[in-house]
Amino acid sequence: MSEEAKEYAFFLGCITPNRYPGIEAATKRIFKEFGIETKEMVGASCCPAPGVFGSFDMHTWLPVAARNLCIAEEMGLEIYVTCNGCYGSLQEADHLLKDHPKLKEKTNEVLGKFGREFKGTTKVNHSIVILHDVIGLDKLKERITKPMNDVNVAVHYGCHFLKPREVRGHGSSEDPYIMEDLVKVTGAKEVDYKDKLMCCGAGGGNRTADTPQSLEWTRQKLVNAIEAGCDCMVHPCAFCHLQLDRGQAEMNKAFGTTFNFPILFATQFLGLAMGLSQTECGLDIQTTTMPEKLLK
Amino acid sequence: MGTLYEDIVDYGGEVFGKEHMETLMLCVQCGKCTGGCPSGRNTALRTRKLFRMAQEDMREEIFNAPELWFCSTCFTCYERCPKGVKTTDLIRIIRNLAAKEGHMSVPHRMTGVYVLKTGHAVPIGEPQMKLREEVGLESQPPTTQKYKEQLEQVQEIFRTTHYDAMIDFDWDTMNLREAEGGEKK
Repeated sequence: MSEEAKEYAFFLGCITPNRYPGIEAATKRIFKEFGIETKEMVGASCCPAPGVFGSFDMHTWLPVAARNLCIAEEMGLEIYVTCNGCYGSLQEADHLLKDHPKLKEKTNEVLGKFGREFKGTTKVNHSIVILHDVIGLDKLKERITKPMNDVNVAVHYGCHFLKPREVRGHGSSEDPYIMEDLVKVTGAKEVDYKDKLMCCGAGGGNRTADTPQSLEWTRQKLVNAIEAGCDCMVHPCAFCHLQLDRGQAEMNKAFGTTFNFPILFATQFLGLAMGLSQTECGLDIQTTTMPEKLLK
Repeated sequence: MGTLYEDIVDYGGEVFGKEHMETLMLCVQCGKCTGGCPSGRNTALRTRKLFRMAQEDMREEIFNAPELWFCSTCFTCYERCPKGVKTTDLIRIIRNLAAKEGHMSVPHRMTGVYVLKTGHAVPIGEPQMKLREEVGLESQPPTTQKYKEQLEQVQEIFRTTHYDAMIDFDWDTMNLREAEGGEKK
């Protein structure tokens, strides 16, 4: 990428702006630091949740997702997201509509009712991939002012960041590297743990169908990370954040556990390492609290 | 209505292409899906069994199985299937067909209510607006919940595809229809 500012349309989704604004604030701040401008997508809606709305009616899910893509197309910009659900939904919709002309025609009939049209001119990016591939590890490293040298990190990917590979295109879903690289650039140690690539439990309407059952997956995930000696969990997904962070309060209430295991979205973790305060990263307005080790 | 397989290929084919859906018949019951399933270790979901039942046209048994809804769509089995069965997409299409026949829980129908009311499955409230201000953001994001004319476009989509009817949405109360309330399963 050249040195001049690049603009992206930020697709907010639901959880980031409406539950964890710290993720939104930290991501915008870091992007701005590196000359990447964020433009708001006026009138964007829920992506809509791929495993939820995609499970009930694909023919409703698709035009709602396409409508969001249209907003970015009208702005003439590529999209970035901070949630694997949004990534899954928008990228899959974009992919399907570009691959299947008849489906595009049918979808545009719906969108035409209010004067919109999917043309296929935008691209859906994950914010984490922009950090890794566009800004790049070298530039990130130069800005680390508070290295996380003695911090052990459990990386959690979530599911739709890597899978399905044929749509995401980030290489192996069994031996990934993007999140690991971003954690290591801060000086932290990335620690392998049992079932590292396991789902948080929330997706596909599972959390909605049966929250306590979905939290059992989360409990297993957290115990595995804690038993491996990790100090915190760093991830790329707002929906996982909800399950992993607020889920701890829900588990403590439902199961009588006493979890307080720090959960950070990748830009919140990078933000701390770049000298942002926990307030600027919104880490003091969530369920789990940050230990001194991460803040010093 | 044809066999479940035919319905999967017809309906799912419109979105993913027929070949994608026809992979259901490639399943040879090896069980790699079930072996790596994070749900299967905690719930009654047995993906291998589900596909055998689908191949055998056991429509009612599948549609009435609570575990059909315990797949988190993690795509682990999708990536690992040695026969290239498009597992997660097949499960989503089977769920679509089940939902069309009224197999949809109240919490799942409620996610549709939130989107019809605000454009968001997880809408914002006053407390969260204050949180946004604390991190230096505008109190309300510029989304459908803020702009009525934008929300109306999403509502128009739901009307066009009859999603409102599928969840028994009452436009007068902007909620699920009370008369038919309770678990719709």
